[in-house]
Amino acid sequence: MLQVTIDNHTIEVPEGTTILQAARMIGGSIVPPAMCYFSKLKGTGGKCRTCLVRVAKSSEKDARPMPKLVASCSTPVQHGMVVENTTSQEVLDTRKSIVEFLLINHPLDCPVCDQAGECDLQNLSYEHGLENTRYEEGRREFPQVDIGENIKLHMNRCILCYRCVYAVNQLTNGRVHGVLYRGDASEISTFIQNSIDNEFSGNVIDVCPVGALTDRTFRFRSRVWFTKPMDAHRDCKTCSGKAVVWMTGNDISRVTARKDQFNEVEEFICNECRFDHKNTTDWVIEGPRKIDKTSVISANHYEKIKQAAIINPVKKIIEKQAEK
Amino acid sequence: MTLTNRSKVVSNKKFSFWEMIYLPAIFKGMAITISHLFRKKTTVCYPEVNRPFSEVYRGLHVLKLDDQGRERCTACGLCAVACPAEAITMVAAERKPGEEKLFREEKYAKVYEINMLRCIFCGYCEDACPKEAIFLTNRTVPSDYERDGFIYGKDKLVETLDKRVDVSKRQTASVLEFKKDKHHKHNQ
Repeated sequence: MLQVTIDNHTIEVPEGTTILQAARMIGGSIVPPAMCYFSKLKGTGGKCRTCLVRVAKSSEKDARPMPKLVASCSTPVQHGMVVENTTSQEVLDTRKSIVEFLLINHPLDCPVCDQAGECDLQNLSYEHGLENTRYEEGRREFPQVDIGENIKLHMNRCILCYRCVYAVNQLTNGRVHGVLYRGDASEISTFIQNSIDNEFSGNVIDVCPVGALTDRTFRFRSRVWFTKPMDAHRDCKTCSGKAVVWMTGNDISRVTARKDQFNEVEEFICNECRFDHKNTTDWVIEGPRKIDKTSVISANHYEKIKQAAIINPVKKIIEKQAEK
Repeated sequence: MTLTNRSKVVSNKKFSFWEMIYLPAIFKGMAITISHLFRKKTTVCYPEVNRPFSEVYRGLHVLKLDDQGRERCTACGLCAVACPAEAITMVAAERKPGEEKLFREEKYAKVYEINMLRCIFCGYCEDACPKEAIFLTNRTVPSDYERDGFIYGKDKLVETLDKRVDVSKRQTASVLEFKKDKHHKHNQ
């Protein structure tokens, strides 16, 4: 076991753990944000640079700090390592610049985009971004592409995290899409407008951190914060059938996989569950999905609090007063 | 026992002759009443006369068109989520080819309704709007006999090309300064 200290929190982790994974084990606000790293997909990470951290002490044997900031998603932990994330001003300043870089080519069409409200880049720039843009040149512009019947590709919004490429490579047989061209001109594409029609290809929508790949069956149907997420499952031969259905009134407007606190898919679901079953009779609804209180999705949705949770603290205060 | 020092002792003293005939008191009272007739009136004869409204009065909403006559609203739903009275509902739709002259963005509001009975005219929708599409104006919502009449759809909210609603006075100097910055896409 290796001992690592991240923002003054010390934890023991098995060998081969990266700094980001160790930080996620500690949890809370010290976890570096990640746009391209996806723990369920092999080979992801190291592209977006939002997870850069400062290593103040390399290891027990070598007490020197690392010369440059390192990408926490791809740097393995060493014994006695001391890492600074939110405690280092250098890291925060760099993150601000990186968000600015990511937004250079990202159009600010959040009012139109279906991902708004559950977008990683939106959250990231809300927390770390600048209010204004200093960039004067034009942004990259591409026509919109329908990849198959159910997926829409807005290449304008893509931040080239490669998550979708890894997802399709690893979840399905046969590679059908990838990143074409180089540098500024690079874009996600299928070979000569091929459609992606594997059984699990719909998961590219869920792994996409921005609104580059969106669900065509949900296109402009509703904003995500007007729909109510419910945990639901169904018998499915190809996948686990565990999903989240997003309800508008009593209708299902879309189906997504269940995502954890780091916005990563818990279990990938098949296209049949995602696109073809939009009747409430197809699903067994388990109950409302827990959504982070700070998310816009939980705005105007109220939860019942158990009475004991309100009354007991009040009772305690009254008893304390009576004792005095 | 006195509770406060403001109490007065009531006396039952007998009225004098002048007080007995009441006439001086009546004249005194009438003088006050008549003097009010010559004062400036505090009411106006509505609806013949309208009071001047402040330019930034928060009354009936308008959905603005841009200078090319396209609808600015893109049905982003921020006004509805900002609305404390939950008065705003909308249904979005995708713009079809050939409708570029009608709608600014690829998404537009097919249905946009404000329930004027729910609305508290707080102006949060105006604040939340990222497209400068909705503004409150210095017009009032007329009364109606039916509740249905207070649900204002796009037919009543969207301004018409021949009757544009001027909202420039509502925008503060800092807003106008911000709008000059062409780096922001929505200012173009």
